Amino acid sequence: MKQKTFSRRLIGRVLAYLLAILIALWILIPIYFITVAAFSPKDVIYSWPKSLLPQTISLETLLFFINAQYVLDSLWNSVKVALLTLVISLVIGAPAGYALARYIFPGKDAFRIIILSTRAFPIVILSIPLAVTFMQWGLYDKLISVALLHVAMALPTTILVTSSVFIGVSKELEEAATVFGCNRVQAFTRVALPLALPGLAASAIFTFVLSWNEVFAATILTIQNRTLPARMFVQLAASPIPFRFAGGFFILVPAVVFMFFIRRYLFSLWGITLK
Amino acid sequence: MAEIQVKNVRKTFGKVKAVWDIDLTVHDREFVVLLGPSGCGKTTLLRCIAGLEQVDQGRIYIGQRDVTDLPPKQRQIAMVFQNYAVFPHLTVFENVAFGLRMQHKPKDEIKKRVQDAAELLHIEELLDRYPAQLSGGQRQRVAVARAIAVDALVLLMDEPLSNLDALLRLEMRAELKRLLQEIEATTLYVTHDQVEALSLGDRIAVMRSGQILQYDTPLNVYDKPADLFIGGFIGNPPMNFLDGEVRTEDGQVVVHTGGGDIYPPPDVGAMLSRLKEPSVLVGIRAENIETLPAPAEGALQAEVLVVEPLGSHNLITMQLGTEQVKVNTSADFKAQPGQTLWLRLNIDKICWIEKATGRAMYPD
Amino acid sequence: MNLKRFNWEPYLLLLPSILYLALFFAWPMVQSFGLAFRTDDGQLTLAHMQRMFNDVGFTKALRNTVMLIIAIVPLQFILALIMALLMMERLRGSNMLVYIYSIPLAISDLAAGIIWFSIFTERGYLNSFLYSLGVIDKPFLFLNYQTKWPLVAIVLAEVWRATSIVFVVLVAGLQSIPRDYVEAAEVFGAGWFARVWRVILPLLRPSIQTALILRTILAVQVFAVVSAIAGRGMTVLANEAYLWYREYRNPHLAATYAMFILTISLITAFIYLRALRTKEEMIL
Repeated sequence: MKQKTFSRRLIGRVLAYLLAILIALWILIPIYFITVAAFSPKDVIYSWPKSLLPQTISLETLLFFINAQYVLDSLWNSVKVALLTLVISLVIGAPAGYALARYIFPGKDAFRIIILSTRAFPIVILSIPLAVTFMQWGLYDKLISVALLHVAMALPTTILVTSSVFIGVSKELEEAATVFGCNRVQAFTRVALPLALPGLAASAIFTFVLSWNEVFAATILTIQNRTLPARMFVQLAASPIPFRFAGGFFILVPAVVFMFFIRRYLFSLWGITLK
Repeated sequence: MAEIQVKNVRKTFGKVKAVWDIDLTVHDREFVVLLGPSGCGKTTLLRCIAGLEQVDQGRIYIGQRDVTDLPPKQRQIAMVFQNYAVFPHLTVFENVAFGLRMQHKPKDEIKKRVQDAAELLHIEELLDRYPAQLSGGQRQRVAVARAIAVDALVLLMDEPLSNLDALLRLEMRAELKRLLQEIEATTLYVTHDQVEALSLGDRIAVMRSGQILQYDTPLNVYDKPADLFIGGFIGNPPMNFLDGEVRTEDGQVVVHTGGGDIYPPPDVGAMLSRLKEPSVLVGIRAENIETLPAPAEGALQAEVLVVEPLGSHNLITMQLGTEQVKVNTSADFKAQPGQTLWLRLNIDKICWIEKATGRAMYPD
Repeated sequence: MNLKRFNWEPYLLLLPSILYLALFFAWPMVQSFGLAFRTDDGQLTLAHMQRMFNDVGFTKALRNTVMLIIAIVPLQFILALIMALLMMERLRGSNMLVYIYSIPLAISDLAAGIIWFSIFTERGYLNSFLYSLGVIDKPFLFLNYQTKWPLVAIVLAEVWRATSIVFVVLVAGLQSIPRDYVEAAEVFGAGWFARVWRVILPLLRPSIQTALILRTILAVQVFAVVSAIAGRGMTVLANEAYLWYREYRNPHLAATYAMFILTISLITAFIYLRALRTKEEMIL
């Protein structure tokens, strides 16, 4: 009897590991493929049948991509848009997050619910009316217009995440600071801010990745000044295959690297439920 | 140091009356404990004095200065928080120096005063460490050192020992007492732990539902509680309360309680005879009941229900008439459940409570 | 209310966010309505709506979008649930696993589309693999739009990319379930399946709700991944909105599509909220 339950447990354990590894492979193998493709020279990419293992490692394809017209420009555009988005959403969102974390006030729950429910609205639909508005304002085809829309996408999450970050910094610490000679602003800058910094940084990176990856709005709102994903999307059908692979790899890498830095905050960034 | 005066202070949170028209004076160099069950408003009162909450009405004075509308930093106070509130991003040294740095004291002075405070709290070795590397007890010491390092008029402490484990709490309690006697600080100390209150305070203010019920020395609060609630709240076990009927027999006042009669002394008798209703509660502490193995003059017959040996003494729960009483006996007193014993109440230690109002009565 | 004591600080802190969202979130929504239901000279009209419904692209786009949702969402949910439950088994290296499982969170739909294009394309990795196994002797045209294969590729790409978000929401939910409940169930004789079905899933309801709403809404607006894999051969609702705006220069029709996407999103969110209604007292 004992023997039987033991062996059943063991089988369960082994199955669990197998399954866990299988799923990990399912996620990793496609990433592996695109990496291999990006580091293969053109003739290997066009060859048939392709080897599943890397044959010749070369920078030819990646260099071809980077040296292509507009690529560096739009790469730089992407960085500018993402940085703008990040700064604006933190500057606007973090105070709101702080208010949600520190104060009890009438309307707080209503505000929270409104913020949460914005997630039920597809962002796609903001792009078209905003494109029309930005044209009137003379912001059309300017990077700031893409950033403004990306902020609208990111702001609710920024507010919720910064709020949980500030909740993580005990209110008592700020109170202690005021007792020992700080005013409210000093108490924030000397105590709450340094302690909240890692969480705020995670939130900022999250926003950066969101903006970096966004295609639809960026394509709608710009013509000349495109971000990298927007430029790639528009030219995709006309691009040679090595160009696509290198481009896909190029968008992928920073996202995966950033992910590594915010892995501690995964659940507070993406795990927010409606309750 | 200075005195604290709280005049007619009121603080509400929505419909909750956290502090309701409280007057309180803490004399210069006095150690006062605010004691009460959770939610009684003691912490709110402390936070109002610290300036962390704005009062709805009333005034607060620290050292004759009206501080009611001043922010905490201008009140010249120091505070020890319940969860220590030791800044995790600063070293112990910087934590202790925090208030001094905010006052822009010269470097040498900061160094000296941090050293002095650290020595008083025995944390000289820890000055370079970060709070994450400290135990709970050590963080507690840092929090206290930080509070005594600054020039404060008064020291406020909000349940400073409640997060320590039992043994450490005992140790820190004695040490706090030594320390505060040494620095002669005016201290207001909040706790829900009656033992802490009794052992530390010069005076205790017992609070309930936003009001102060009794403000007196520990001994008086213990021996002469102002009402039923305080008698039941303070002391372990809490005071026993027995129903009593007052009657007069041949000019002498007799109280019928616990299935027998007891005879209060004349001044008490006179007081009881003036009652409108002849019903009283006889409040008696476990240690003021003598347990006798045989019937005796004035002793009440009781049956043993539970015997709990506590090492230093035994706590016995007994059935006395229709009520239960808890009685302390010496550790070597043998008793079995079901056994009949006789109880003699120490008549001078009885706390007489008017049943209709719950107020305790003491002869003038 | 005592105005002097009234604390305005939180409202001041919220003000920038409220203004921003009003200007760049609420107002565009209202404007979408305007674009979708009014003519250029401001008359109310259903003409755009009619034109959309009669458009050839609309039926195809709607059918494809709905098929994608029906295929993707349940698959993702089941896979994510398995992944999340695996995390509860306290495997060695589970920190590593969590990181790997959540990598796709950071991958854009465009990149995911390109990655799966590299697998399914004519001389891609899948064909090479099948060839090396001897299953085929010449490349099979998976991405031929007359077959169902592009749809399969898109479903796989989306499941690959976006299961992570469901996973993370579910794990966050699982972490908030006190272990005591599960252990109590175990003590009282519940097997693994019973524990999952009778204890974990009911307690996980709010997270499941959130995950499903998020996922469905994201699936309704699926866009770049479709183009990257199937090119022009396949269309979806968001793609139509894009085309009407960018290629046919008709913001009205584009906005009408957008409103249609919004409507579907809100209806599905509403359905999930009703279907998975949580009794407050159940969630401690």
